[in-house]
Amino acid sequence: MTEIAIALNRFGLGGRPDEAPPGDAKRWLLGQLDRFEPRPPSIAAAPQRQTVVADLADFYEEQRGQAQLRRAAGGAGRRGRLRMQPAAMKDMPDPEAQPGMAQMPDAMANVPDQARRFVRRQAHDYYLNLVGARTNAALAAPAPFVERLVHFWANHFAVSADKLTVIGLAGLLEFEAIRPHVLGKFSDMLMAVERHPAMLLYLDQAVSIGPDSTIGRRIAQRGRQRGLNENLAREILELHTLGVNGGYAQADVTEFARALTGWTVAGITRGPGQRFIRGAPGEFAFVPMIHEPGPRTIMGRNYAQEGEAQATAVLADLAAHPATARHLATKLARHFAGDAPPPAMVQRLEQAYLRSGGDLPAVYRALIDSPEAWTPAPAKFRSPWDWSLAALRAVGTREVQPQPAAGLLTQLGQPVWRPGSPAGFDDIDANWSGPDALMRRVEAAERLAGRTAETIDARRLAPRLLPGAVSDATVQAIARAESSAQGLALLLVSPEFLRR
Amino acid sequence: MFDRRAFLGGAAATGAVLLAAPHLAVAQAATDRRFVFIIQRGAADALGTLAPTGDPAFAQVRGAFAEDFASGARMGDFTLHPNLAEIARLHAAREALFVHAVASPYRERSHFDGQNVLETGGNAAYALRDGWMNRLLGLLPPAESRAIAVSATVPMVLRGSHEVSSYAPSALPDASDDLLARVSALYERDAELHAAWQQALQTRAIAGDLAQAGGRNAAATGTLAARLLTGEGARIAVIETGGWDTHAGQRARLGIQLRGLDAMIAALKTGLGPDWANTLVIVATEFGRTVAPNGTGGTDHGTGSMAMLLGGAVAGGRVIADWPGLGNAALHEGRDLKPTIDLDLLIASAMAEHYRLDPGRAGRTLFPNIASARPLEGLIRA
Repeated sequence: MTEIAIALNRFGLGGRPDEAPPGDAKRWLLGQLDRFEPRPPSIAAAPQRQTVVADLADFYEEQRGQAQLRRAAGGAGRRGRLRMQPAAMKDMPDPEAQPGMAQMPDAMANVPDQARRFVRRQAHDYYLNLVGARTNAALAAPAPFVERLVHFWANHFAVSADKLTVIGLAGLLEFEAIRPHVLGKFSDMLMAVERHPAMLLYLDQAVSIGPDSTIGRRIAQRGRQRGLNENLAREILELHTLGVNGGYAQADVTEFARALTGWTVAGITRGPGQRFIRGAPGEFAFVPMIHEPGPRTIMGRNYAQEGEAQATAVLADLAAHPATARHLATKLARHFAGDAPPPAMVQRLEQAYLRSGGDLPAVYRALIDSPEAWTPAPAKFRSPWDWSLAALRAVGTREVQPQPAAGLLTQLGQPVWRPGSPAGFDDIDANWSGPDALMRRVEAAERLAGRTAETIDARRLAPRLLPGAVSDATVQAIARAESSAQGLALLLVSPEFLRR
Repeated sequence: MFDRRAFLGGAAATGAVLLAAPHLAVAQAATDRRFVFIIQRGAADALGTLAPTGDPAFAQVRGAFAEDFASGARMGDFTLHPNLAEIARLHAAREALFVHAVASPYRERSHFDGQNVLETGGNAAYALRDGWMNRLLGLLPPAESRAIAVSATVPMVLRGSHEVSSYAPSALPDASDDLLARVSALYERDAELHAAWQQALQTRAIAGDLAQAGGRNAAATGTLAARLLTGEGARIAVIETGGWDTHAGQRARLGIQLRGLDAMIAALKTGLGPDWANTLVIVATEFGRTVAPNGTGGTDHGTGSMAMLLGGAVAGGRVIADWPGLGNAALHEGRDLKPTIDLDLLIASAMAEHYRLDPGRAGRTLFPNIASARPLEGLIRA
């Protein structure tokens, strides 16, 4: 690959027929750090947090009403019913789910009508429109390299929209917590993410209660079991900051979980602390009455702060920790230089992170300056998201409808904001280059090309998308194609287009 | 009362016989053996699946969770979750074997590292770069080593140097044959794409019009897997299942999960028809969950778990366990079921018996760190 082809494809999101290729690869990339739009028109027009949250709050209100009715009727009503559905989003309007990592049962079969309607609303009105906004922002982006970084961080801080409460909120985490900070400090992004309702609900933090807190003790006196949930604490340490070998132990997880108690969401949380939460629905809230009192010791450091400030202080220390620098540097290097991140490059990014106090543009500059990211041989097999954007951009698409966009990504094996786990999608080639995945790309390429080929000549498009990087075999295959649509399909599935 | 020795079954008293069994290494005529590995991703709760209802501590420590086991198939001191009706029937027909309090060598609590150890067969995460099922293929005659992942991408356990396939139904329109032929030509000089593409074409020919069946729930996945395992298709398959990470609201969620798993097994058995008699299914998860429920009606990441061996090839109708007990003092790190049987050893032993392999060689190849351990015996019908 030439430097221009690398800048366009490995760092960017692929070329467009209506945009001239950059003149100077590195200058083009650096310039994007000033051109990025945190809130482009498609995202400004997408559903806002208040709307999504109001719907969620209404649903809970209905649920509470129903539970009271059941109790009044002496029914076997425990509040178990709502808990059944987080399992799956089977009722998505695009029902073409794949069986691979499918949640086991058809969970919605057991869900009351009202919950079913709620899921449909959250999925159709909010989730899909947010997917559309994300895709359209990337298709028309003035700074595609920074858009790629947004997608990278959203996957780093993954939430998965197959949990009921997160369906509509998952996209907002990216728009509200990632985009504003993608060119800022990592510590600010970390703080914004961990305080976001999507994260607090996804990893169960919103219902965690300090056993020795005012409410925790009251619950214990009544002989009921509710208390600490260490899910968010563990994933912050393992996935968001230090990394799995970052030097923490189980005791640190539990202590951090204690420090985090009290962090919750106003208006859309259930549980004993709920009526003590102040604030507009969907906003972060700190509730002293469920916060575990007392100082905490985490990774040998003492945190004597009271209340909300305690976990804030822990997060600030985690962001500055050398293990975090190493963890983030490794993931970035893997994303840009290949599955086996070159140690020298990891070290360079790590140093840039530590020297700048976690200033992300400083790290990105070190990335652009790393020779390891400019190897002429392709460094990565494009993920389905990456490939879809590149293909849509290649055929000149500026805007897609939400539903087909979401459906395409589901079919290709990478449903947007639904990685199925807080670890996000695995960023290695083998995850995406399987036989079946390849067949689906060919199917998708043929369909896409069939719709757009009349206006596009693949013979002229190829060198524009991949300057100096089109192989003779691909040139020949396109030239011999039986139709312009077939030629375009072959370009989209050519080895040099499948990789970056 | 609970007599821990009573559970030993075939597990402990084996050992010494093995080296004296050279006949096991004699190659057999090719059979129609099938092997299916079902991964429960997210750490399935063993105590909520096969409950040690005979352990006096169980009802107390599990509280309301224990109520689910008022019904359900009794198996001595254990009770199977009532939603596993088909698996209970397999047990009655001696086609189900449960091995409790098992664990891989992994002792931390990260899903992702735990799954990597479960799938690579190493003794630490990322110590090995290929999966134990892929290494197994190298020990088998070609007729028995065709393997497929019932998913769009190939999971770690099946990745490696031996070629494997993957398949999941797609709602995209089929590509035209002419385009497929041209893609074949385009990939000829690209080793990676060429290999993957050839696999994709073969699988497409076998799967036929099944793509329309959808495969959207567990039973459909079981049916699809069975279809891929019959006729000229694969002999080995891996199926991934998610949704087992029950940190909150476990009773309802686990109940639904188990019903799905049960339906998947039932569909697999029906779909395989007479081939079920030669089939071994292993169901396993990366680690267990805490013995005590947490504050949100769920359980957190733990250690000891449970594995199931199902199928006509299994010498079933038993629970194998060297039961560690659920009393406080018996727990791993004061919170988890203590593992007493190596999951690696169990899998290696089952593979050796199922495929009539030399157990030492099978063990060394699949799980290099258990090379010297003594295999379990009598898992598979002679």
